[in-house]
Amino acid sequence: MAVEMEVPTQTTPEVGGMGHSVKRKEDPRFIRGAGRYIDDVVLPGMLWLDIVRSPYAHATIKGIDASAALKIPGVLAVITGADLEKAGLHWMPTLANDKQMVLPTDTVMYQSQEVAAVVATDRYTAADGVAAVVVDYEPLPVIVDPFKAMEAGAQVLRPDREDRPNNHIWHWESGDRDATDRALESAAVRVSQRMHIPRIHVASIETCGCIADWDAIRGQMTLHMTSQAPHAIRTVLALVSGLPEHNIRVKTYDIGGGFGGKVPVYPGYVLAVVASLTVGKPVKWIEDRSENLQADSFARDYHIHAEMGATADGRITSLKVRTLADHGYTDAAADPSKFPAGLFNVITGSYDFPDAFVEVDGVYTNKPPGGVAYRCSFRVTEAVHAIERMVDILAHQIGKDPAQLRMENFIQPEQFPYKTPTGWEYDSGDYGKALKLAMEMIGYDDLRREQAEKRERGQLMGIGISSFTEIVGAGPSHQFDILGLKMFDSCEIRVHPTGKVLARIGVQTQGQGHETTFAQIIAEELGFPVADIKIEYGDTDTAPYGLGTYASRSTPVAGAATAMASRKIREKARHLAAHLLEANPDDLEWTNGKFSVKGSPDRSKTIQEIAFAAYTNHPQGMEAGLEAVDYYDPPNLTFPFGSYICVVDIERSTGEIKIRRFVAVDDCGNIINPMIVNGQIHGGLTMGLAPALYEQITYDENGNNLAGTFMDYLLPTAVETPAWELGKTITPSPHHPIGAKGVGESATVGAPPAIANAVVDALWHLGVRNIDIPITPPKVWAILQEKGVAT
Amino acid sequence: MDTQHVTVTVNGEAREADVEPRLLLVHLLRDVFGLTGTHIGCDTSNCGACTVHIDGESAKSCTLLALQVDGRRIKTIEGMASGADLHPLQQGFWDQHGLQCGFCTPGMIMQAAWMLERNPQPSEEEIREGISGNLCRCTGYVNIVKAIQQAAGMLSEADTAKAEAAAQVQG
Repeated sequence: MAVEMEVPTQTTPEVGGMGHSVKRKEDPRFIRGAGRYIDDVVLPGMLWLDIVRSPYAHATIKGIDASAALKIPGVLAVITGADLEKAGLHWMPTLANDKQMVLPTDTVMYQSQEVAAVVATDRYTAADGVAAVVVDYEPLPVIVDPFKAMEAGAQVLRPDREDRPNNHIWHWESGDRDATDRALESAAVRVSQRMHIPRIHVASIETCGCIADWDAIRGQMTLHMTSQAPHAIRTVLALVSGLPEHNIRVKTYDIGGGFGGKVPVYPGYVLAVVASLTVGKPVKWIEDRSENLQADSFARDYHIHAEMGATADGRITSLKVRTLADHGYTDAAADPSKFPAGLFNVITGSYDFPDAFVEVDGVYTNKPPGGVAYRCSFRVTEAVHAIERMVDILAHQIGKDPAQLRMENFIQPEQFPYKTPTGWEYDSGDYGKALKLAMEMIGYDDLRREQAEKRERGQLMGIGISSFTEIVGAGPSHQFDILGLKMFDSCEIRVHPTGKVLARIGVQTQGQGHETTFAQIIAEELGFPVADIKIEYGDTDTAPYGLGTYASRSTPVAGAATAMASRKIREKARHLAAHLLEANPDDLEWTNGKFSVKGSPDRSKTIQEIAFAAYTNHPQGMEAGLEAVDYYDPPNLTFPFGSYICVVDIERSTGEIKIRRFVAVDDCGNIINPMIVNGQIHGGLTMGLAPALYEQITYDENGNNLAGTFMDYLLPTAVETPAWELGKTITPSPHHPIGAKGVGESATVGAPPAIANAVVDALWHLGVRNIDIPITPPKVWAILQEKGVAT
Repeated sequence: MDTQHVTVTVNGEAREADVEPRLLLVHLLRDVFGLTGTHIGCDTSNCGACTVHIDGESAKSCTLLALQVDGRRIKTIEGMASGADLHPLQQGFWDQHGLQCGFCTPGMIMQAAWMLERNPQPSEEEIREGISGNLCRCTGYVNIVKAIQQAAGMLSEADTAKAEAAAQVQG
């Protein structure tokens, strides 16, 4: 049963400001099949690019013979690493200040790596060309295990990095090691656990692609593409190519899902740019699903060892975490520059304890590069999984109910703003309230009684809790940048004379509904109806500079910019109204989209009347027009939170896990559009279910990808996905202009440990402490066999 | 490569083209006819973004050759609305927030339309089973199920109204 919470509103439904479930403005085109995605775009004279990829995970390239390909009618060019090397374009910088091959000159480092590019007149001929390119490989030994990569004497995978004598990329740590060690040594109870958060892929249903269009006469490069961060792409392209930035236009279209996978620059984009520069025509590159799963940036792949200390009655005192991070052959993680392991040190979670220490070591292996988010804010999912598993292990170990143990260790509402032992300052929270609501919704006490009865009869039922705290909205410029670009964001608003509004934002929607929710922020602040407000984004020639949409940063950063730009307009509108009403600006008050004279509500001017005056009757000495721009540099991050409870039944004859119920109580601060918030949580939960039970990219010992298509990489369908039950609490962010925190990723972060905890809870009495995700039926069945309880 | 002639009816309109025998139906629709509402999300018939109707049957157009539909009737998402009037499924997806990025939506609507023709009053379980060949990465399916339920209700009301009108005429 979902609990529908009354979300407060200040505006009428016709205006549609915050709190209204306004139907989405973008939907009429999508439901008619009139959306426009990158592969729908066709430019005159457009050519096609397709990519030759390596069948080996590690090999020397002894030669590339393109002669047969070039004989195919319609194949116009074959581009190799040697060609790029002449222009110095065979390597490109990664977002993590490492470097990545665009095309190799001598060695391939992972299976499906780009080896050559074929340019042809259409997509089928380009594929023919790819099939006809002959590459002579000499296989090299492969390292797929990051622990083996770290062994003394291991083959050095990146000899080009003279600053790195082995496969160790970096070491990063946070917190107080000595104090944590002392606290652990003196702890009455110590629990420790190894866990692997496996390599997964965002697998947005639309793959990646672009059209590079070089206009030699105008000296203009237009890159039409699928990107979550078009401005950053423009600047990087300017720096790498030497093209002047004002002559580069990056333009996105409707984007068929992002989830972090459309943040990086992939070699295919660069190859299309090079091809267009070479042939002087538009060149389209669209990857297929196999390329997407096998070569695009992965997520996760953290090998974690966690140790937790507590008092005898379960008061947590300390946490120490060591992690090996498998980055593949180059560090292409999409993390802020100062945070090579992202925000992993938010790992102390929702709990109040004094000592913590976290260290992470990055490692090279023969796998594709990446380290994108999979719908989360910079490694927060890995952190939440570890802390929520550890709390459950502690509770079970000392025989205390996991809900009770959480309640006793939560940071209390009066402790906010709360400084964590690893240095973050949480803005606001009421963790006990969220968990209490979740427990009421699911009937926790009854479930525990039912579980005890079933256990007597040998039936396996588990209840799992996850009380997560997220860290989103990167971020304050003193801490956050990507390649030096500070992580502010922006909004520009133009009010037209007839009271209609055009607003442009620095973030990019991939399905979140920005055309609706950002209009609602303006409607709330200025009183224009949502129907009168158009939101644009994704064209770097027109949108103000911003760092893009990922890490749940749109609402926390660009949403704040939108509110602040609106308030600048409202302040100018006050002066215009004062002029129209012949009153002192300080004597005016703002209500319901109009300024009126205090004490004389009849003397008023609506925002629409004021907008008209801004162009037809502005006072002498004031600039005409009604526009504003805001670049918002957030003072802090925001910390959404929630409590999830999952109930599972395990089939003893097959190891199948059935999610009977899943209750999700979220708190994302103030809510702009309840319908969209719930939709984000439904989707996030499903992308939490996916790695918990189904998705994993694995490799054999030769580095062959074993999950390279949707036949093997299992996205949840409607059948496996439970009917999610949602609840809400609202704890506004005190530092955000509209009190919002961001919500797109909370559920992906919070859901996996709730599911894993439920499965382990069902099996703990058999001696099971942990099962690494994805918890598949074969894994569970093997455990049931081993414990002698399979039927 | 040699081409062959293919003639089809798409959304009620006669269309023809000379195509390579290897051309996939989805590319005939998208690249030759410019009907880009039908999408491509995988190479393995798993995702269903390319779902269309062929002679009234739901089919994944990425796994058929253009030549295989020679002489047949095809319906795509572009053929679902009648002018300004949305199909009840389109209305349901909009009303119930049954879509986010919109990429799976056309295939989802085409599959749901076929399912409702065969089973006008499906249970939730039947709906979930019925769209299990269509992957959505954004919505978690909850609101897609609601959208299809709303459409089923609208279609059933429309049928009842039609039957009553017919009865009146006869009476």
